[in-house]
Amino acid sequence: MKLLFERSRPGRGMDLLPPCDVPAVSFDAALLRDSAPRLPEIAEVDLGRHYTELAKQTHGVNDGFYPLGSCTMKYNPRVDEETASLPGFTQIHPLQPLDTVQGCLEVLWKSEQLLTEITGMDAVTYQPAAGAHGEYTGLLLIRCYHQSRGDTARTKIIVPDSAHGTNPASATMAGFKVVSVPSNEMGGVDLDALRAAVGPDTAGLMLTNPNTVGLFDPNILEITQIIHDAGGLCYYDGANLNAIMGHVRPGDMGFDCVHVNLHKTFATPHGGGGPGSGPVGCKDFLAPFLPSPRVKKAGDSYEFFDPEQSMGKVRSFYGNFLVVVKALTYILSLGKEGIPAASAGAVLNANYLMKKLAGHYDMSFNTLCMHEFVMTLEKLAHDTGVTAMDVAKRLLDFGMHPPTMYFPLIVHEALMVEPTETESPETLDEAAEVFLKILEEAKSDPESLHHAPHDCAIGRPDEVTAARNPILRYDFGA
Amino acid sequence: MSVIPAELKYTKSHEWVKEEDGVFVIGLTDYAQSALGDLVFVNLPEEGDAVTAGEAFSDVESVKAVSDVFSPVTGEVCAINEELLDNPALINEAPYDAWLVKVQNVSDTEELLDAAAYEAVVAAEEA
Repeated sequence: MKLLFERSRPGRGMDLLPPCDVPAVSFDAALLRDSAPRLPEIAEVDLGRHYTELAKQTHGVNDGFYPLGSCTMKYNPRVDEETASLPGFTQIHPLQPLDTVQGCLEVLWKSEQLLTEITGMDAVTYQPAAGAHGEYTGLLLIRCYHQSRGDTARTKIIVPDSAHGTNPASATMAGFKVVSVPSNEMGGVDLDALRAAVGPDTAGLMLTNPNTVGLFDPNILEITQIIHDAGGLCYYDGANLNAIMGHVRPGDMGFDCVHVNLHKTFATPHGGGGPGSGPVGCKDFLAPFLPSPRVKKAGDSYEFFDPEQSMGKVRSFYGNFLVVVKALTYILSLGKEGIPAASAGAVLNANYLMKKLAGHYDMSFNTLCMHEFVMTLEKLAHDTGVTAMDVAKRLLDFGMHPPTMYFPLIVHEALMVEPTETESPETLDEAAEVFLKILEEAKSDPESLHHAPHDCAIGRPDEVTAARNPILRYDFGA
Repeated sequence: MSVIPAELKYTKSHEWVKEEDGVFVIGLTDYAQSALGDLVFVNLPEEGDAVTAGEAFSDVESVKAVSDVFSPVTGEVCAINEELLDNPALINEAPYDAWLVKVQNVSDTEELLDAAAYEAVVAAEEA
């Protein structure tokens, strides 16, 4: 399809801006650009069609099943958008007097109370803009803690080899050295390897539980104890919180700080529809290091305060505030009965679909799963030449978003399926039928699967060329 | 079957090593490049950096994943293959020509495998 720049014609356009009603300001000529920016000039109708055409080429939760493992692509209730659209939340300025935005401060305060309850923590900051940003903030908490005690020898963060790639990346960004520990045969942490890895240089551990193969680590209390005995702190990656919320709390598992993804667990939109939000919770002894400002209740009103040994700001102002409004709406809508029911539904749906596929597809672990399960197509690839990539691409033809592919790295030819609780049994039955049909095709006509998808606008983009030689801006020519 | 030249030494983590007058040349094996897939980015240390046997000194990125490259020796980097920074595909095209770094003043080495022993490692992973 044509780019906006290709659709542009000089003089065409639309009136988006009202007449200027404030005095014009002139800048130093040295600050001005020599020529006008080459913005596309397009009529409103053509612009609308451009974006509609783009939208038709995408797949979202509103289009169909979206079992993207580890991403928790649950349905985002409309009521969340409605509250986040209230003018009292949208028509505000971050610097206006606090007595005029008490409702907004109450949102942050109330959301903090609810998230501390759900995670078993004592304090929460809403500044981090997404999950990895939350990891980074949590690691800075750990670093601030050790430094405040003059314990500068603690330079290493332990990360299991099944971890999300963001864990070692965040640890490195926060100035730590990463120590990888292998998984045991059940995909959990190998306790002996962990004991061998800890020492006076251990700053902490980063762990996702349930882990990336969708299994709850039964040794979790022993794991966090080993770290604490060595003088380190435990960081909970909340990526998989949707499996346990309302049932088990990271704080009770022995974790000292956590991040949660509002855009996963608490039903706010992902990615381009986001933005994300990765609030970080911690136990009392870490709260003095949290980013500033935090909100406190003073009598009947709310005010900001700076934690005494604050790490400073990790983002401008108060984080992605409207996302917090959406998450608060979600939590209050579900209530204390709905929150555990949601996670129970997520686990039930994952096991239901896994059971329908087991016996046809190889599972990486033949046991009950939590909110997601991982299939390994290694044998299929060996026998038929049809890879996890081929199966994933073929799913597109059936109006289904593929599961997460080739992750976790410890499982070969992996497909990681996370249905979430918002899918009906009918949708899961249909998905299972599609998976089984593709398996038949893999055996009867493997060649056709190498060319799937057959019905999509874009089938197999050249990812290698895109990564090696990306085209990052439009070439206007001479 | 991946290519495993008889004259080189290897690590279990799929690096190859060649010693030339006290300088150790290090690269990724054919099996490694094939398992990683098309490489799109290579991160190398700088000349003069210290490397430690068994610890990561570089990372390589394919469309699938980012992977660490582990140093078979402890020593000091005396040369890096700058060509790879612009053209990581060289590792896929000719893994045994596309060396990553050269290391001198080597004080320690990992347990290095000969071609036959490394072939067994690869065979076990492919099984």
